[in-house]
Amino acid sequence: MDRRRDHDMNNDKSTLAADPFEIIESSGTLQVRLLGDWTNADNDSPVFNDPVDPLLQMLQARLTRDVSLVEFDSSKLTFWDSRLLVAITKVIDALEREDARLDLDGLPDGVKALIRLSRAVPPRAAARENAEDQGLLTTIGQSASDLFHYLSNANVFLGESLQAFGRFFRGKARYMRSDVVEFIEATGPQALPIVGIINVLLGVILGFMGAVQLTQFGAEIYVANLVALGQTREIAPMMTGIIMAGRTGAAYAAQLGTMQVNEEIDALKTFGFSPMDFLVLPRMLALAIMFPVLVLYADALGIFGGYLVGVGMLGLGTTEYIEQTRQAIDMGDILLGVVKGSVFGILVAITGCMHGMQSGRSASAVGDAATNAVVSGIIAIIVMTAVFAVLTNVLKI
Amino acid sequence: MLTSETIVIAVDHLEMAYGDFVIQRDLNFRIHAGEIFIIMGDSGSGKSTLLRHLIGLQRPAKGEIRYGEISFWGLPEDERRRFSQQFGVLYQSGALWSSMTLAENVTLPLKEHTNYTAKESDELASFKLSLVGLAGFEDFYPSEISGGMRKRAGLARAMALDPKILFFDEPSAGLDPISSRRLDELILELRESLGSTIVVVTHELASIFAIADNAVFVDAEARTQTALGNPHELRDSPPCEKVGEFLTRGVSADAPTGARP
Repeated sequence: MDRRRDHDMNNDKSTLAADPFEIIESSGTLQVRLLGDWTNADNDSPVFNDPVDPLLQMLQARLTRDVSLVEFDSSKLTFWDSRLLVAITKVIDALEREDARLDLDGLPDGVKALIRLSRAVPPRAAARENAEDQGLLTTIGQSASDLFHYLSNANVFLGESLQAFGRFFRGKARYMRSDVVEFIEATGPQALPIVGIINVLLGVILGFMGAVQLTQFGAEIYVANLVALGQTREIAPMMTGIIMAGRTGAAYAAQLGTMQVNEEIDALKTFGFSPMDFLVLPRMLALAIMFPVLVLYADALGIFGGYLVGVGMLGLGTTEYIEQTRQAIDMGDILLGVVKGSVFGILVAITGCMHGMQSGRSASAVGDAATNAVVSGIIAIIVMTAVFAVLTNVLKI
Repeated sequence: MLTSETIVIAVDHLEMAYGDFVIQRDLNFRIHAGEIFIIMGDSGSGKSTLLRHLIGLQRPAKGEIRYGEISFWGLPEDERRRFSQQFGVLYQSGALWSSMTLAENVTLPLKEHTNYTAKESDELASFKLSLVGLAGFEDFYPSEISGGMRKRAGLARAMALDPKILFFDEPSAGLDPISSRRLDELILELRESLGSTIVVVTHELASIFAIADNAVFVDAEARTQTALGNPHELRDSPPCEKVGEFLTRGVSADAPTGARP
């Protein structure tokens, strides 16, 4: 539609600055004479004012009871594209409101045909009015009820997963054992490198932080206590949880969301499979099985990170450091971390699977599902960490 | 015609809604044994939603769907799930399980619901795939074959359990005219050989006239059914203007003008 490309060189700033139309009044008729170029300005050509608004204003100002017919003359029109079409559409809409008559005969044939096409189907009533004009209170109320809806959905999902686990323990759940193995592979061994790197570095960071403070008292050896306790009780389960939320929770949400888009979940249902058993259960099992193992691995590597600082920087002996570590923690600390890790694992699995199963049927909905799975997974982990902190304090564990 | 007078599916005063938004209300029709029944309608009229109601994926807002004497949505969930094993459903995109090969897609329902040994169900899967012209593709994954092949593989899976009732959601969508006609022929052959009752959601006129015994027209604007009967008869004496226009691609009716100014 752009008939202008070849003629760009002819652009003359002085004509562009003027309105590209004239209005001529004769015996009850307003004739709009379109002049020159009615195309969309290229990025590199000078800015020129949108002529539509001045045109409308001038037309409306000059319409009276006697002057109520508007016609066009396009003999001086050189080039046009969609810009002219939009302008004409606006004129038509405005004149309809003013009860004026309009004669399109003077327009180029192409313009007439396209205008006719665009007007063939009347616009849907109230097409664009929905999203507007929401007051603050409405918005607050809406989000509150959305949150309630979300929480009750989460509750239902939690109940359904518990039922699925119930069927699993009674041996009645229908799922593929090979799926569990595959997910264990993906959540366990394949996650070792990232969990390892991050926990070694966290051990190093903890060691450094402690070293700077503790050397002031000549108590370097207690770096071992700090690292061992911090790592086993808090850092290893929490960081592993966050890593797995980003890694596995997002993957679960995306897998299940894509299956939703593909109608694969519907297909399972019509074949009499329960998607909870078939899809969600193996994923939850895999995480529940692998998480304690990952946490133990993270404990070991975190302590190794602290050892690097203690031996490499503070000059402590290897035996000394190991002995100090052994005295610092007991089985209870390690078990607490493992229990926390299992809870986090289940949280990650639930948030990931829930957002995947409830995903909408579009590409962006799958993206949202993955995002929400990670965000709510991490929030759930942090909240549970706080709950554990209070509980262990109260129970003196 | 193989059609007998036994009513397989009876839909009474069905109302479909998403939340407060009613898509269709007061749908009433009967589907007889051995019949090919078409659900047709304009875009957005809720054809596919109606299918989802029939196969148990979406609960009706009001009204009843009966299979024989059984009120489908009156069943408890696990019984409904068991009942739906006698359906075969071909989804719009094929909906093959993407993490499994074609053979595994067909054998999974067999393993779950029948006593076939692994070897027998593999042979059965190969046979079903050969029925739809996909012999030799057993070990391909859905992402490795074309859209038309995926659709046929979906059909092979839908037929895995020798269902009494087959549902097709837009079988010819995205297929070229030749594949689309072959699929129509396949549908007719399935009806002849298996005696299945077949429900098809489509707006493909060629298919409608080629295979339909009966059809219901659901209208997006009227939000209810506006025609019920044999499509040929509906075309020759349309009950309302829109159905006539739909069945003739709007050619016989006045060309849309609508140029206002």
